[in-house]
Amino acid sequence: MTGTGALLQFTSIGKQFGGLSALSDVSLHIQRGEIYGLIGPNGAGKTTLFNVLTGLYQPSVGEFRFNGTRYQAGKPHVLAQAGIARTFQNIRLFANLTALENVMIGRHVRTRAGVFGALLRNRVTRNEEQAIAERARELLHYVGIDKPAQTLAKHLSYGEQRRLEIARALATDPLLLALDEPAAGMNATETESLKTLLQIIRSSGITVLLIEHDVKLIMGLCDRVAVLDYGRKIAEGVPERVRNDPAVIAAYLGGEDE
Amino acid sequence: MRNAPKNLTLWLLFAVLLLLPFITDALLGRGWVRIVDFAMLYIMLALGLNIVVGYAGLLDLGYIAFFAVGAYCYALAGSPHLAQAFPIAFPDGVHLSFWIVLPMAALLAGFFGVLLGAPTLRLRGDYLAIVTLGFGEIIRIFLNNLNAPINLTNGPQGISRIDPVSVANVSLNFTQKIFGIELPSVHLYFYLFLAFTALVVFVSQRLEKSRIGRAWMAIREDEIAASAMGINTRNLRLLAFAMGAMFGGASGALFAGFQGFISPESFSLMESIMVLCMVVLGGMGNIAGVILGGILLAILPEVLRHSVVPMQQALFGKVLVDPESLRMLLFGTALIVMMLYRPAGLLPSRVRRRELDTDEAVERV
Amino acid sequence: MEIFLQQIVNGLVQGSVYALVALGYTMVYGILGLINFAHGEVVMIGAMLALSSLTAMLGWGVPPLLAVLLSMVLAMLGCMVLGYSIERIAYRPLRHAPRLAPLITAIGVSIVLQNLAMMIWGREYHSFPQLIANNTHTVGGAIINDIQIIIFILALAIMAGLMVVVHRTRLGRAMRAVAEDQHAAQLMGVDINRVISITFMLGSAMAAIAGVMVSANYGLAHYYMGFLLGLKAFTAAVLGGIGNLRGAMLGGLLLGLIESLGAGYIGDITGGFLGSNYQDVFAFFVLITVLVFRPSGLLGERIAERA
Repeated sequence: MTGTGALLQFTSIGKQFGGLSALSDVSLHIQRGEIYGLIGPNGAGKTTLFNVLTGLYQPSVGEFRFNGTRYQAGKPHVLAQAGIARTFQNIRLFANLTALENVMIGRHVRTRAGVFGALLRNRVTRNEEQAIAERARELLHYVGIDKPAQTLAKHLSYGEQRRLEIARALATDPLLLALDEPAAGMNATETESLKTLLQIIRSSGITVLLIEHDVKLIMGLCDRVAVLDYGRKIAEGVPERVRNDPAVIAAYLGGEDE
Repeated sequence: MRNAPKNLTLWLLFAVLLLLPFITDALLGRGWVRIVDFAMLYIMLALGLNIVVGYAGLLDLGYIAFFAVGAYCYALAGSPHLAQAFPIAFPDGVHLSFWIVLPMAALLAGFFGVLLGAPTLRLRGDYLAIVTLGFGEIIRIFLNNLNAPINLTNGPQGISRIDPVSVANVSLNFTQKIFGIELPSVHLYFYLFLAFTALVVFVSQRLEKSRIGRAWMAIREDEIAASAMGINTRNLRLLAFAMGAMFGGASGALFAGFQGFISPESFSLMESIMVLCMVVLGGMGNIAGVILGGILLAILPEVLRHSVVPMQQALFGKVLVDPESLRMLLFGTALIVMMLYRPAGLLPSRVRRRELDTDEAVERV
Repeated sequence: MEIFLQQIVNGLVQGSVYALVALGYTMVYGILGLINFAHGEVVMIGAMLALSSLTAMLGWGVPPLLAVLLSMVLAMLGCMVLGYSIERIAYRPLRHAPRLAPLITAIGVSIVLQNLAMMIWGREYHSFPQLIANNTHTVGGAIINDIQIIIFILALAIMAGLMVVVHRTRLGRAMRAVAEDQHAAQLMGVDINRVISITFMLGSAMAAIAGVMVSANYGLAHYYMGFLLGLKAFTAAVLGGIGNLRGAMLGGLLLGLIESLGAGYIGDITGGFLGSNYQDVFAFFVLITVLVFRPSGLLGERIAERA
């Protein structure tokens, strides 16, 4: 988490599916330590961009740099290794594993024990296992899950599942935490405490990328915001400026609030 | 000291297992000890498959192929058979020690596991099932036909006169007297298999509760989320295939040494499905469940064989339904009923209670 | 050259049977995204039903041609009931379960059907009565007999009929709608369960015909005949692009050709090391190769025409 300037830089990213262009010529950069918001109407290409960023899709054109290194091939685990952690729009926890195990799996990428370690269970491995479990419990506590750590993920409440996804992502020690509509389906109280949590996370030095439908949450939380429409970036800047941008009002707000 | 009762149970179990061949012999006769031996082999296989299916969630319908690879490995390296194909190089065949061939068999099977795993990396569950099934059939077809032009496998006739397993120069094929106790061959093999089963259980258990095991289960639960968490799903899938295959290969070598004879018939698709049934019936991913499944399905057909035929003869005066098809019919029905009503198996892979409670330090946190 | 032509003829005949069975796999997959593993056994049951009823009717003195037609209809009806029941018992309750569950019940159904057939019809091969004078014709050095000609033409006719049903009828439109988007189809008033049941019945009826064809062609029927046939037909469906009707037909014919040409020439290719007894290996190699290099199959671009 050293240095300043752009942590993530997208240069002219484009993505086509068949003949359809889901993203075209999108350039943006995210500074270290900021909370960056990405909004846009349904089908604007937010999730596509997100999937390119996290390695699920390979961009058709353009390149992106993360923490000084250029990435091309769609390999999610490489990007996780590099320090991008994500959550999913439609929660994808390991449903039949416990809350604790879910977070422990997040530690995978920062730990090393292999088959021999597992079989011998020597001192190094035992220490590592202990550290993994300890860190996982800390994180459960950190995101505010009070249920027993042995509860199966699928038995947690909706809000807790969202938080568990965040804890699991944080377990990978990310530089950038990318959240895909984390407030979707939350009530006002839950959204408010999510907001607090994100502020705490940011103050711990982790950069946050937020895709949201909830414009209010974005406006109140983000340092900078970009707006996508039909796969293009139509505005970028501090929330107030973007909110008053005529193009944004026309494309987004006009379309969204019937 | 909270573990004392648990330890006591373990010791009791150990004692029962040690006496099992004698008890079986006394109550049911020597033939049943042999059946118990086979049950142990099946348990080993089922535990191996459990790594692939239960932990990593990869449905493998060709698992018996690895068993075949291991069995043929020892059959070729521990019998007079190769003298036929290479009379000059091996006039008496090859007679390597079982203990040298065993790791080779495991490694070779593991290699085949990777060979199968590599092209199927991108395949989803049901496609994977069909491809593994095809792989199993290919292996069997080759075993059936590689007797010409060079007689490698002796085709459908199979390979016989395979050397028995020896432990410390003591052949397990003959009755031995140890500490004044007479141990017939089937008893000796029982102890050998017991040791191996214990090893396989140990390895499974260690893997299950490790970083690798968790990564496998993550892949099983959601492969995309797993890769987003930094898990190299490709390598871990291959590792699961290789580990499972190695268990299969080692069991195969044991099987060949125990039987002294193998033929492609023992490695049909039905055997793969049978092992899969053991895993599914008992409870995918749960070691105790898989063992239970193995015992049930290995012993049940024998019970049927010994009860169905006499029963029918008593009732109808002749055998109307042969026990083999009745057994398969029951298997098929059991598979359907299990999936409909108890998809997690007889002993479901637990809501793990406080599984870390041996780690005192962690528990305090 | 004569061998070549002969293998082409054999391949096309065998391939048309594969295509019929492959259509059953592909229709179910298109609609449910499920591999109906038990489909091969439906083919076998079709053959066995036809065989039994044919033998019985001939015994009662029913004229041969009528007996053939009646027994085929009977086999089709029987298989339709069977297909319907399989879906209701083994698949429908699991429609929202994890993917492996229906696959495992399908294996269960397969085993049950196979062993029931073994109990009813025994382990032995049953010879299919020869009813028509099976004349042989020589075309450019290749020999083809009447039964083969009938099989090929009938298979083409059935496939053409299926295409008409899928593309020109209300039912076909409902099927395509369900394949495209179950939820939306339901909102538009399509009775999904009914469409799925009908799909299983259609596929099973074709399987029955395919079963009769195979056993008429080889003159034999056996309780185990469905397994390998089903596997190969599935391969054909994957080869063409599973979920795609034209793909299944193309895949079936291609697989038939690959197999018979492969079996005819493998000896020459490998210098006599491998012989025609490796015929069954081809299908699996084709399957693995397709899945590795082109998992979507030859025609599987996932566009429109899925049924």
